[in-house]
Amino acid sequence: MKSLITRRKSLLVAASAALAISLSACGGGSTTTTPVASASFDAGTTMEKLNKAQKITIGTKFDQPLFGQKGLDGKPVGFDVEMGKAIAAKLGIAPDKIEWVETVSQNRESFIEQGRVDLVIATYTINDARKEKVSFAGPYYEAGQALLVNKDDNSITKPEDVKGKKVCSVTGSTPAKTIAEKYGAEVVPAATYTACLEPLRNKQVVAVTTDNVILAGYVDKEPDAFKLASDETFTKEPYGIGLKKDDTVFRNWINDQLEAFQKDGDYKKAWEATAGKVIKTTPELPAINRY
Amino acid sequence: MDAVIASLPEYWDGFLRTLYLSVISGIIALIVGTLLAAMRVSPVAALRGFSMFYVEVARNTPLTIIFFFAAIVLPRLGVKFEQFEVAAIIALSSYTAAFIAEAVRSGVNSVPVGQAEAARSIGMTFTQVLGFIVLPQAVRTVIPPLINILIALVKNSSVAGAFFVLELFGYGRKLSNDYGDQVLWILLGVAFFYLLITVPLGLLAHYVERKVAIAR
Repeated sequence: MKSLITRRKSLLVAASAALAISLSACGGGSTTTTPVASASFDAGTTMEKLNKAQKITIGTKFDQPLFGQKGLDGKPVGFDVEMGKAIAAKLGIAPDKIEWVETVSQNRESFIEQGRVDLVIATYTINDARKEKVSFAGPYYEAGQALLVNKDDNSITKPEDVKGKKVCSVTGSTPAKTIAEKYGAEVVPAATYTACLEPLRNKQVVAVTTDNVILAGYVDKEPDAFKLASDETFTKEPYGIGLKKDDTVFRNWINDQLEAFQKDGDYKKAWEATAGKVIKTTPELPAINRY
Repeated sequence: MDAVIASLPEYWDGFLRTLYLSVISGIIALIVGTLLAAMRVSPVAALRGFSMFYVEVARNTPLTIIFFFAAIVLPRLGVKFEQFEVAAIIALSSYTAAFIAEAVRSGVNSVPVGQAEAARSIGMTFTQVLGFIVLPQAVRTVIPPLINILIALVKNSSVAGAFFVLELFGYGRKLSNDYGDQVLWILLGVAFFYLLITVPLGLLAHYVERKVAIAR
């Protein structure tokens, strides 16, 4: 019975969030998703091709709350999705002409290589192994390890506060190692991150630790039970926009657009409408890595 | 292979915790199981009913669900414990006790009823009949199945690895994450350490069986 109620509640939240986003998209003044009418690009570039086709395919996550989650209307919502819409707008493509494809961690590289998607914006960490197969624009956001605590717990605000205390994380994961070896917490090993939520609720552990993006998703689902100990993260995981390897012109162009979003406030607006609901501090656009 | 050798301290820690869980749960289960069996053959109908109910529920519920109750539902109801090992011991011993009760009961039933009747006729109480006449004879037939149950208990303790206890199997998962390219060796190592407990138990069962076997 309880799960039914919370599910309804979360549906309601998702619905109202979708409504808010579509309202803000319709309202005047939002430059984020209005396609640039006069967009014109050099012949032969990917931008020109996409602009001519008036269609772009973007891969994102469909199950990551706040970043890319499929809504009731079948369209994904979230910060990654807003970034995609903003880039499409700069290409002169309206939001309803974007085809969203679900990409999961295992298929992102292959979808780009096979040309099934033009871009991947899917909480996609930039690393050297992946750079062998695809190119990355950005980073457009820096995620990192954070702590999830009970809503009424104000005693923990930074990783140093969990020294000698019980913290739940997935057995053998990198966040588990960091919190144990660097900050001296006693790790309670779990099979999955969701398995950590019950011990936290029962106060058998003081915190759950992993990427702030995953933790923010739990806060989004149960804002009355949990909160992030801090908006700050204590590791850095740069999220990039994946595209076909060595399409340097397209990559540089996207990087320019990202910097433009930061400058004209679209970046802040996109953040506040999505992930900002949980992570209140709007991050600065990280320094673009033009390799 | 070198991953196993490099992780020997972790294996050892996990081995000791598995042994600890098995021994403590085994002792509790033996005591509780014998009590349950005694209730099952007692003259009081309510005790017989309770014992039967408990045994049927506990041995017909998947162990994972019992673990779930002990590790997650109990704390929600206000039963808090500092260590997750406690939850594991509660789950393992309450599950195993049901099997032990059944084994002991079958042992008790293997003692001819005339023995109990004879003891009663010379004025022994129920406790005396059970303690001096029936159980000493029942134990002989019961030891081999009991050791089987204890072997199962050792292996069942691996479920604790999924409920926040870092025992052998928990380390197995942790190490497979650390050495993603040598998962096979890591898991063979885990199996080896389980065999280190279960094989001697099996040999013991074999030995005791020959030693105490009686012709009826």
